[in-house]
Amino acid sequence: MAETHSLQDMRQQAAVAAKVFIQRDYSNGTMCQFQTKFPSELETKIDKQQFEETIRTLNNLYAEAEKLGSQSLIEGCLACLTAYTVFLCMETHYEKVLKKIAKYIQEQNDKIYAPRGLLLTDPIERGLRVIEITIYEDRSFSR
Amino acid sequence: MKNCEYQQIDPRALSVSPLSAQNPAEKKVQRPRRKWEAFPGKNRFFCDGRLILARQNGVLPLTLGLIVVTSGLFFAFCPFLVEHLTVCIPVIGGVLFLFVVASLLRTSFTDPGILPRATADEAADIERQITSGSSTYRPPPRTKEILINQQVVKLKYCFTCKMFRPPRTSHCSLCDNCVRFDHHCPWVGNCVGKRNYRYFYSFIISLSFLTSFIFACVITHITLSQAKKGIVQAVQESPAVVELVICFFSIWSILGLSGFHTYLVASNLTTNEDIKGSWSGKRGAEESGNPYTYSNIITNCCATLCGPMPPLIDRRGFLPPDEAVPAAAASEMELPPFTPKSDANMCTQSTKDVLERMLHSSDFHGLCPSGNPKTSPLVQEVSSSAPATAEPSLSSGCSRQLARQAVVDPCPLLPPVAFSKSNRRDSLHSINPAFRLASPSPTLSRRALVLGDGPDIGFIPQH
Repeated sequence: MAETHSLQDMRQQAAVAAKVFIQRDYSNGTMCQFQTKFPSELETKIDKQQFEETIRTLNNLYAEAEKLGSQSLIEGCLACLTAYTVFLCMETHYEKVLKKIAKYIQEQNDKIYAPRGLLLTDPIERGLRVIEITIYEDRSFSR
Repeated sequence: MKNCEYQQIDPRALSVSPLSAQNPAEKKVQRPRRKWEAFPGKNRFFCDGRLILARQNGVLPLTLGLIVVTSGLFFAFCPFLVEHLTVCIPVIGGVLFLFVVASLLRTSFTDPGILPRATADEAADIERQITSGSSTYRPPPRTKEILINQQVVKLKYCFTCKMFRPPRTSHCSLCDNCVRFDHHCPWVGNCVGKRNYRYFYSFIISLSFLTSFIFACVITHITLSQAKKGIVQAVQESPAVVELVICFFSIWSILGLSGFHTYLVASNLTTNEDIKGSWSGKRGAEESGNPYTYSNIITNCCATLCGPMPPLIDRRGFLPPDEAVPAAAASEMELPPFTPKSDANMCTQSTKDVLERMLHSSDFHGLCPSGNPKTSPLVQEVSSSAPATAEPSLSSGCSRQLARQAVVDPCPLLPPVAFSKSNRRDSLHSINPAFRLASPSPTLSRRALVLGDGPDIGFIPQH
């Protein structure tokens, strides 16, 4: 009995209290943009400005990834001429920016969100549908 | 009387099932499973998840066969043309042939832009937003209206994937996935979607060129041989007439298809939208143009053919270890790669059966009456989320729900603290696969919990 209690206590210390989902913003088309509206569940956890800054940076990064610039055009033409075999050895501009985004999210988690008991999940792991923010329970439980 | 019977059975032997005893040891030797092995859609994977194909690969072998046979016949007749015309002919033919086959294989084996299904938490969040205030569980078919470039677009809810489909997404019934959809092509044996549309387009364009080229060569061949022998004899002698017939019949459909898709690319439409007439002027004077078009043919072409190809599903990533545990039952049978998915469904089914049996048996034995309302929402929630989500997320989602219910809503007949704790343990153990082998009688289950608590503790942290 006592063992069950302590294991459950340990679990609760790292337990997920809630998850907040930031949905996509389709007002400008199918470009990957997320809504910057501040969810009410995060009011006590993080500063509104900080949160909006993170989402805005992510939106800018995704816009940069999907930009139809000269680089993506050149990649497209080259790929077409080589029967798309060039993609087997080359990383596209989009994939490079996706890596940049992953690094940015990691950095934000380490510096800002983890100390406040939050965790951002990279949207690519959710099919670019939502940004999942996990709210962890307060670690003040100790017996 | 029934209680006496159950007392004779050793609860420890039942609660510690062979499966659970093996599991800790098995986990150590079990190789880490990749995500494609637990993929819920109807797809086949090759080369350890690098290649993806629809389950029904349709007429892909026929397509390949036709192309290879036609090109083979062409190369067989080449020597005649080489000596009369130029050596470039087989070279051009060869290049076109390689291009066609490469594009076809690329189209067939590339992920078309499959959207991963919603996680249990995401689905629950969406459900909450929709049914807030409503008492019925299944409201009428759900749609959400959003504004895209100042135009109203309706997003439909997908009951299989448990999410609102993003714009331009459709659920393919053949592949059982939500895809950034163009159409499902049986000729290539796969869905054609955002990620492989450019390969499909280059396939049909190059095939048009190849077919036209072969057709022209065959005509030339017959013309040249007719000049010497007369047309009837030329046709009779030369088997090139077979080639002529094949090319003649296929060229119209292929050219037609290429023309159609060129129009779609230039106006930034998908086949799905065009066939359904989503953006045609059928709504009268209302502005119902395509909200995705850039109103410039070149920009539209660039966007479709050179745009990004987001990899929305991760085929080759590794499953986290706790998700791999329930599938250990499937893996020990050593089935071919794509069948563990159906075993995961079976596991979900059997969990549902256990819970339903528990519900019926608690009715029968007439235990704490307020226990019943607690278990019935459990069964409902399990049955709703069971078909689509993988079992581990189901069990973790459900156990959390149960824990909350048990704590919040204790039985009024007994001291709240004592009962809620044992009820929570009950619920947690009911999801435990080891419990599957125990008798469904709650009387036995309590006994099993008391005596068998030790070995089962190992499972608790994973929920």
